[in-house]
Amino acid sequence: MRKFVALLLALAMTLTIVSIASADETGKVYYLNFKPEADQAWQDLAAEYTKQTGVEVKVLTAASGTYSDTLTSEMEKKDAAPTLFQIGNAEGVATWGDYALALDGTDLINEMTTADFNLKNANGETVAVGYCYEAYGIITNKALLEKAGYTVADITNFESLKKVADDIHARAAELGFDAFTSAGLDGSSSWRFSGHLTNMPLFYEFRDDGITEQPATVKGTYLNAYKNIWDLYITDSAADPAKLSTYTGDAAQEEFATGKAVFFQNGTWTYADLSAAIDPANLTMLPIYCGVEGEENAALCAGTENCWAVNSKASEADQKATLDFLKWVVTSDEGTKMMAEQFGPIPFKNAKEPENVFFKDANEMLAAGKYVVTWAFNYTPDVDNWRAGIVSALEQYSAGSADWSELEYAFVDGWAKCYEATH
Amino acid sequence: MKRKGRAAAGAVTSPLIRKPIQRWFAVFLLPTFLCFCIGFLWPFIQGIFLSFHKFTTVSNTSFVGINNYLKAFKDEGFMHAFGFTALVAVTSLILINVLAFAVAFALTKQIRGSNLFRGVFFVPNLIGGIVLGYIWKTLINSVLPVSMSIQAEYGFWGLIVVLCWQQVGYMMIIYIAGLQAVPEDMLEAARIDGASGWKTLWHIILPNVMPSITICTFLSLTNGFKLYDQNLVLTNGAPMRRGIGMTEMLALNIANNFTTANQRGVAQAKAVLFFILVTALALIQLRLTRSKEVQQ
Repeated sequence: MRKFVALLLALAMTLTIVSIASADETGKVYYLNFKPEADQAWQDLAAEYTKQTGVEVKVLTAASGTYSDTLTSEMEKKDAAPTLFQIGNAEGVATWGDYALALDGTDLINEMTTADFNLKNANGETVAVGYCYEAYGIITNKALLEKAGYTVADITNFESLKKVADDIHARAAELGFDAFTSAGLDGSSSWRFSGHLTNMPLFYEFRDDGITEQPATVKGTYLNAYKNIWDLYITDSAADPAKLSTYTGDAAQEEFATGKAVFFQNGTWTYADLSAAIDPANLTMLPIYCGVEGEENAALCAGTENCWAVNSKASEADQKATLDFLKWVVTSDEGTKMMAEQFGPIPFKNAKEPENVFFKDANEMLAAGKYVVTWAFNYTPDVDNWRAGIVSALEQYSAGSADWSELEYAFVDGWAKCYEATH
Repeated sequence: MKRKGRAAAGAVTSPLIRKPIQRWFAVFLLPTFLCFCIGFLWPFIQGIFLSFHKFTTVSNTSFVGINNYLKAFKDEGFMHAFGFTALVAVTSLILINVLAFAVAFALTKQIRGSNLFRGVFFVPNLIGGIVLGYIWKTLINSVLPVSMSIQAEYGFWGLIVVLCWQQVGYMMIIYIAGLQAVPEDMLEAARIDGASGWKTLWHIILPNVMPSITICTFLSLTNGFKLYDQNLVLTNGAPMRRGIGMTEMLALNIANNFTTANQRGVAQAKAVLFFILVTALALIQLRLTRSKEVQQ
C-alpha cells in the first residue's frame, strides 16, 4: 500500500514537472493593451488565437489615461509581467527601453511595408513597432464652405486659408457659422495644439537640420509659422480668447458636428463620430497650412503613438510565443480584419483597406506626390511637462497677460530643460 | 462614575486579568503591528532606499548615491513650490483658525438654530477634494476676468478660499468642543469681578481652549503643506512663467516629477525631503502651542 502511494506521489510529481516544462516550452502571451475602445476586439482575437493554436493569450486593458501606471505595476510581477506592451514615443523608449527586446530581423518586422513608424533606441535597434498610423489636419465641412462661396480648391496655403477664414469670420452673423471651432485649452483639447500643432514648427526645423533622432535642443526657427496659425485659430472663431481653458475637446467637436464652424483641427480617429453627424461626402481633411515656404506640397500629418514592444525580461519561450502571436495578428484574415476595423490602415503587407474618407484623402495626397508631415513631436522629451509649458504660454498669450516670448521660452528653453531632466 | 472608574482600573491591575494580558498581548498586538509594517514601515524604508537609486520599476534599481538629492535641490520648480506652499500653508493656517474660532464662538452663544448652522458649516468637509475643487474652479473662473490658470494671484486666493471653505467647519467643531469645556465657574467669577468681554476672551477662554488651538493649528498647517487634489484641479500649477509652475505646490511638484522619464528617483528624494520638512514643522508647532496650554 505504502509503495503504491509513494509511486503515485512520484508519478504526480513527474507529471507536474512535465506539465510545467511543457507550459514553458510553448510560452504564453500577455498583452497590456493601450486603447480601451479596442479592448473587446482584442479579447475576441485572443480567444480566437487560443482556439486555433492552444497558446494562452491574456489581454488586459489599462483604463484610459492610466497606461503608464498600470504598466509600472504590472512589470513588477516577475513571472507574470506583460510580454507585450506599448511604447508611444522617444520618452517611452527612454523609460522602458531596458524592457524592450530588439526586434530587428524578426518575422514581424519583415512583414512591414514601412519602418517610418518604428521607434529605435540609442544603439539604433528597433525596439518598438508602429502597428498602425493616424493622420491629422484641418477637418473641413465642404457643404458649409460652399455656402460661404468657396471650395476646397481655393485653399492651397496659409495665405488663402487666412483669406477664406477671415471672410467667413467677418460674415459669421449673416452665415450662421464661424470659421474655426473653439481652440479649447482644457486638458481634453489642449493636446491638439501643444502636441499636434507644435509638430508643424518641429517638423520643418528637423527637416531643415536633417535631424533623425531626439535632439537635446531645438531652435524654434518656425515659431512664427506656429504663431500665424494660432492667431488665426483664436481670431476667426466664436470662442473668447481670454477663456480658452474653459473650452473642452467635446465642445469643439460638437460645434463642428452641429455645423457651427467650417474648420476643426483634429485627426482620423474622429471619423466615426463625425460621419454619424455629417454626410461623409461633405467631410474632408486639409493639411495644416501655417505659412511655410513650399507648403502647397504638404500632405497630412501622419504618424503614430501606437507601437508594440516585446518584454526583454520575459522568458524566451514567452517572447517567441508573443512574436508568433503578433505575426498571426498582422498576417491572418481574422487579425488584419480586426486591425482594419479598429486601427484603420496598418503598415503591413497583408493589410485590409479601411473605410474612412480621411485616410482616402491622405492616400490621394501621397499619390499626388505631396510630402508627408511626419510626427516630429514623438521626439519630445518629458512630454507632459513640455506640453504643459506650451499650454500655459498659449493661454496667457491668448488672454493678453503675457507676450509671445513666453511661448518661445516654453518651446525652446522648455525643450532643453526637459531633455536635461530626463537624460 | 468615579467608583466605577476606580473599579475598572483595579481590575486591570488584578493578576487575574494582568497575567493573561501579559501572556497573550502579542495576539492582540501583532495583527495591527503587521499592518503597520506592511502599510507604513516597509514602504517608508523602501522609499528612503529608492531615493538613492535610479529606477523605473522598484524591482530593478541602480544605486546613484546622493545624486537625486542634488538634482532635487537644483530644481528651481521645486524650490519655487516650496515657497508657494509655505505661503499657502501659513495664510490658510491663520485664516482658517481665526474664522473657525469666530464661528465656533458665535455658535456657542445661545442663538436660534445654532445646530443647523453647525451642520451647514461642517458639510463642506464631507466633500472630496477633487469634486470640490472642480466646482469651485468653475465658480471662481466664471466671475474672474481671466481664469486662475492665467493669473497666479487669482490661483493663490482661489486655493485659500477653497481651503477655508472646506476646513473652517471641521476646525469649528473642535473649537466648539473646546469652548464648551471652559469651566463655567471661571466665567462666572470673571463676570462677577466685572471683566469685559475682551478680557474674558483673552484671559479666560483662550488659555482654556489652548488644547483645541494646538490640534487645529497642527491639522491646518499639515493639511496646507500636504495639499494636492485641490491644487491639481484648480490650477494644476499653471500659469507657467519661464518654465516654472507659479501655483505648483510641493505635493503636485513631486507627483508631476514622478511621471517624468528617469526622474522617479529624484521625485522619491523630494518626497523624503518633504516628509522631513512636514514632520519638523509639525513638531516645532506642537512644542510652541503646547507650552501655552494650561492645566485645568
